[in-house]
Amino acid sequence: MRSISKKVFSVLAAAVLGASLMTSCSSGKTADEEDTEETEYQTLTVEDEAYYTRFKGKDVSINVYNWGEYICTGEDEGTLDVITEFENLTGISVNYTTFATNEELYAKLKGGGVTYDVIIPSDYMISKMIKENMIQKLDMDNIPNFKYIMEDFRNQAYDPTNEYSVPYTWGTVGIIYDETVVDIPEEDIDWDILWNEDYADQILMFDNPRDAFAIAEIVCGLSLNTEDPQELKMAADKLTEQKKIVQGYVMDEIFDKMGAGEALIAPYYAGDAMTIMESNDSLNFVVPDSGTNLFIDAMCIPNSSQNKEAAEMFINFMCEPDIAYANIDYICYSTPHSAAYEMLDPEIQNDPAYYPSDEVKANMTVFVNLSDEANMTMQTLWTEMKSAEEDGVNKWLVPIFLILCLLVIIFVLIRRYIKSKKDIF
Amino acid sequence: MKKLKVFSAPYLVWMIVFILVPLLMVAYFAFTTDSGKFTIKNISNVGQYANIFVRSIWLALVATVVCLLLAYPVAYLLSRMEKHKQGTMLLIVMLPMWMNFLLRTYAWMTLLGNNGVINHVLGIFGLGPYKLINTSGAVVLGMVYNYLPFMILPLYSVMEKIDKSVIEAASDLGCNSASIMWRVIVPLSLPGITSGITMVFVPAISTFIISRMLGGGSNLLIGDLIEMQFLGNAYNPQLGAAISLVLMVIILVIMTVMNQFSPDDQVLI
Amino acid sequence: MKKFGKIYFALILLFLYVPIFVLIVFSFNETKSRSVLSGFTLEWYVKLFHNKIIISSLMKTILIATLASIVSTVLGTFAAIGINSMKKVPKAFVMNVTNMPIINPEIVTGVSLMLLFVFFTARMNFEFGFVTLLIAHITFDVPYVILNIMPKFKQMDPNLFEAAQDLGCSPMQAFRKVILPEIMPGVISGFLMAFTYSLDDFVISYFTSGPTTQTLPITIYSMTRRKISPEINALSTIIFIVVFVILIVKNFVENKAAKNNSYKGEKI
Repeated sequence: MRSISKKVFSVLAAAVLGASLMTSCSSGKTADEEDTEETEYQTLTVEDEAYYTRFKGKDVSINVYNWGEYICTGEDEGTLDVITEFENLTGISVNYTTFATNEELYAKLKGGGVTYDVIIPSDYMISKMIKENMIQKLDMDNIPNFKYIMEDFRNQAYDPTNEYSVPYTWGTVGIIYDETVVDIPEEDIDWDILWNEDYADQILMFDNPRDAFAIAEIVCGLSLNTEDPQELKMAADKLTEQKKIVQGYVMDEIFDKMGAGEALIAPYYAGDAMTIMESNDSLNFVVPDSGTNLFIDAMCIPNSSQNKEAAEMFINFMCEPDIAYANIDYICYSTPHSAAYEMLDPEIQNDPAYYPSDEVKANMTVFVNLSDEANMTMQTLWTEMKSAEEDGVNKWLVPIFLILCLLVIIFVLIRRYIKSKKDIF
Repeated sequence: MKKLKVFSAPYLVWMIVFILVPLLMVAYFAFTTDSGKFTIKNISNVGQYANIFVRSIWLALVATVVCLLLAYPVAYLLSRMEKHKQGTMLLIVMLPMWMNFLLRTYAWMTLLGNNGVINHVLGIFGLGPYKLINTSGAVVLGMVYNYLPFMILPLYSVMEKIDKSVIEAASDLGCNSASIMWRVIVPLSLPGITSGITMVFVPAISTFIISRMLGGGSNLLIGDLIEMQFLGNAYNPQLGAAISLVLMVIILVIMTVMNQFSPDDQVLI
Repeated sequence: MKKFGKIYFALILLFLYVPIFVLIVFSFNETKSRSVLSGFTLEWYVKLFHNKIIISSLMKTILIATLASIVSTVLGTFAAIGINSMKKVPKAFVMNVTNMPIINPEIVTGVSLMLLFVFFTARMNFEFGFVTLLIAHITFDVPYVILNIMPKFKQMDPNLFEAAQDLGCSPMQAFRKVILPEIMPGVISGFLMAFTYSLDDFVISYFTSGPTTQTLPITIYSMTRRKISPEINALSTIIFIVVFVILIVKNFVENKAAKNNSYKGEKI
């Protein structure tokens, strides 16, 4: 069973608490190390100055569109404020905005009229965007730091020649739950816990169709990449069945809800789950044996980009070892970046929840882009599921509303009639 | 005065380009496929979401009725206060409305949570915790809280104009207070009621923030549905335009019905 | 009866104010908890003032609201004068279209403008951002200006304008010296209304803004969708205090003006 022992975390958390409010994953860092990190970073800038200062004073700005809570903000003491560091180093100003789901990102780009220079979609969305000609090829000469990306994460199926994307993070989906209330032993927890009526109204669910369907598909024993309308319908029915015990459908809201103990069980991305666990000691994270999704999020440049070179500079900057480390340390996802991986605590490096073994990985599925029809079916089923009534009460509402309308109209007509009578006299 | 007409030319251009044309574009999108061919499939697909429409209308209706019931006495009490007090009291009633409504809705999120303030306070007395947030009740509450001032204001401005002597005359002619209320004040405040109803109902039926923040994503309203088609998880602007069109028609029908109650053809704002 | 009324009034006020006061109280809370008070701190205020995104979106909001309300006041004032002198049928038509953005749900207005802008951006070198946001704001502001001014014409003698011209005023002078003073109260209240609606708008901005122009309400929205920081409570507190002070001052000024005017006799 791959799961994080809570003890390790509480020990680590205790170690940090004394020093500061810092909540980074590799909590073992001391003040000295932070200083060295700072100096390391500075020497690095000198080394590459020619590369990064090309746009200095040219009033260039880029628009970065990233997932919420997906970059190191410097909020925790001693960590780097990645965006500000980039701005200071290069003189390029960054308009940083966030999205919550791949589909939201797609809608925003597909709608048109918006310019983004760097986006960070997941695997299946990247292949969809390549197919629909929405992102452009990268000039790898401008991204020398691509050399740090591990072999395993290059030339993935979604971008076979690795011309369009530079991997940022990867991870798995698992279940985060409150150990103190859920009295099922860790190794017995499977996806069906999300359908367990004992925890009615204590369950949160993904608020995006692909991730939600994937879980239902695992429970139904289907492929995570099925395109068969009947199988999709089966999964949708499973989700509809679950709806009555789901407290809410959330994305980034989960940080707050699980952190504050508003809900007990939720499926989520491993990295975020680790972050949440730091704010709530009673939580635990489990990746069920029955399979899960393995995802890679990678940086891409949309066609609309006005400053491709500056965007590539940003991507390269994100691959600077110190920056990659700062990010991964803050957001707690797994890194495809070899240098950042080396900088991690051995505890995390050996933690199967972050870096599962190859045989375990073999049990996980990477999403592929579905056909347009399958996507459409999924979206329709998703909307239907979301709009389904939890209980049958609403059936009588239609007639009641119609009757009400009718009554109002009759009333109006009568009033008019009486008025017209009055006018005669 | 005829010459003055030219003054409106810039606005007329603006109006056509930015009010009329966009609405026509909604209609155009509603009746075309993504390749630009004519279709009625989008409109007929809206039928699939009839239950969302019913739910939205129902929740908005409940919120409107609750607002009316809560606001009517408030407006009446306000209008019966001494003149110099009225302004100040009205200000106090309206002040929360000047806060951004996202913040007001967020305030209820913190109050209603399972570990929120209300459940926490109840917990002290050994009650609860109750499931408050992520229910349709929470959505209605959010609507009532956000739009109550929209109901109070038109009611108050109508009632304030009711001449005291009319009420005195009614009581001199033998009306008791109940029949004064029912036969004098209510009919005279009818324009306020109708404009209050539209001012609450229209934003309530089309909100997507309140249902998202207080309804937990499982109480979809029409607004959510439209937002989902344009910027959310189910990109389909044609369907979104069709839903918007249907929503517009529903509101138009409701407005026409409400206009029947207004004594003159004044425009409802 | 009177006592009951007072109690009822107090209860309604409680309902309106308790959520806001809870927000304010928790803005001083030491931990991030939103239900348990643990100690006093001003940390969130400090963080708020150092939050670049919030400060820059605040600046953008103020800039957009100022520009949009000025443009829409000018546009709306001229429009109102023109519409007022139209014949009945075109006047009714124009007024009905003008009412559209007010009657239509905000989301429909937002979506319709978004579709228009998408159409434009696909054909011109143009993108979602400051310009689209400004246009959208002007579009929903102008109707409020017009609707605030129109009633003033009803109170005005329609012959005044011609009388002024007969007495030797040029049309421009007649406009400046006769019409403008008469409609000024409507212009000012229209401007203020436009300004506040612009400051507060979320839905239409949400559909018409681009990555470079996040207004404060949009920033607040994205804040409530992520890890929530009590900075948002601190922000609420500051907004509440600002609004409170402005309204008190406004009330005070109006009362004073009313007192000064009272000897002239009641006008309405």
